[in-house]
Amino acid sequence: METMVKQQPAAPVLNAALIMPFVRSTLEVFTQMVKVSPQIVKPMLKEDAGASYDVSGIIGFSGEIIGSVVVSFELEAARKLVSALVGMEVDPSSADFVDAVGELANMIAGSAKKDLGKKASIAVPTVIIGKNHMIGRLSGVPCVLIPCHTEVGDFAVEVNIKPTA
Amino acid sequence: MKILLVDDSRTMRNIQKKVLEGLGAVEFTEANDGLEALTAIGNNPAGFELILIDWNMPNMDGITLVGRIRASDKKTPLIMVTTESEKSRIIDAIKAGVNNYALKPFTPEVLMQKVKQTLGIAA
Repeated sequence: METMVKQQPAAPVLNAALIMPFVRSTLEVFTQMVKVSPQIVKPMLKEDAGASYDVSGIIGFSGEIIGSVVVSFELEAARKLVSALVGMEVDPSSADFVDAVGELANMIAGSAKKDLGKKASIAVPTVIIGKNHMIGRLSGVPCVLIPCHTEVGDFAVEVNIKPTA
Repeated sequence: MKILLVDDSRTMRNIQKKVLEGLGAVEFTEANDGLEALTAIGNNPAGFELILIDWNMPNMDGITLVGRIRASDKKTPLIMVTTESEKSRIIDAIKAGVNNYALKPFTPEVLMQKVKQTLGIAA
């Protein structure tokens, strides 16, 4: 009589080679362009589809890397960080606010890209503002959350990418 | 000095303007993509003394714009300002005709240094 062994699905593994470039680029972008040094907490798996906070800049990857990277801010943190980036107060309901959040996400994703060691392209940013918004992610690919603390509030970088080659 | 800033992010153009105002009397023209830049350049390719160009933009990207400019204008200094930091991309941009290459993110000091290098101004 054969014994059936039920296999548990393998737990997702954090791939440091895909995550560390975003830790580095996040530090670079905020230190150089915003003049703020974020404290980055140990990356962890993000299980739910909700964005971490209320303001999200999203960058899609294609080519030898597919998926997306989201930079998600507390609203007040976003307002203060964007104002520091631009050098003047920016109203969160303005087009300039949306543009600046998108540019921060663009620089974080774009700067990380070279260290991923793949030929990939990034799309122009999409920005979503609103409480409890959801983000579609690649199924079967872990989403890794990189929590970031600053003196003006918190944000997080959510990395949901995988190599195709 | 007339400078054309080509970037689909107004935030980035404003940041560049703040840095480049350090050059003195500068008149800025802004373009959201390569097509708008070509319109701004019009029939006077030497109308600008410096052009800063982003790589990733809708409608016409920066590398295509560089090629279009260099088809008729070999002289105007062009700086690519981009997150595209792979060596192969930098080589592609130089082959297309850029004079210098600045990576985002940048500090104001580094961007100004690249601009002064390109214009032959002592730092």
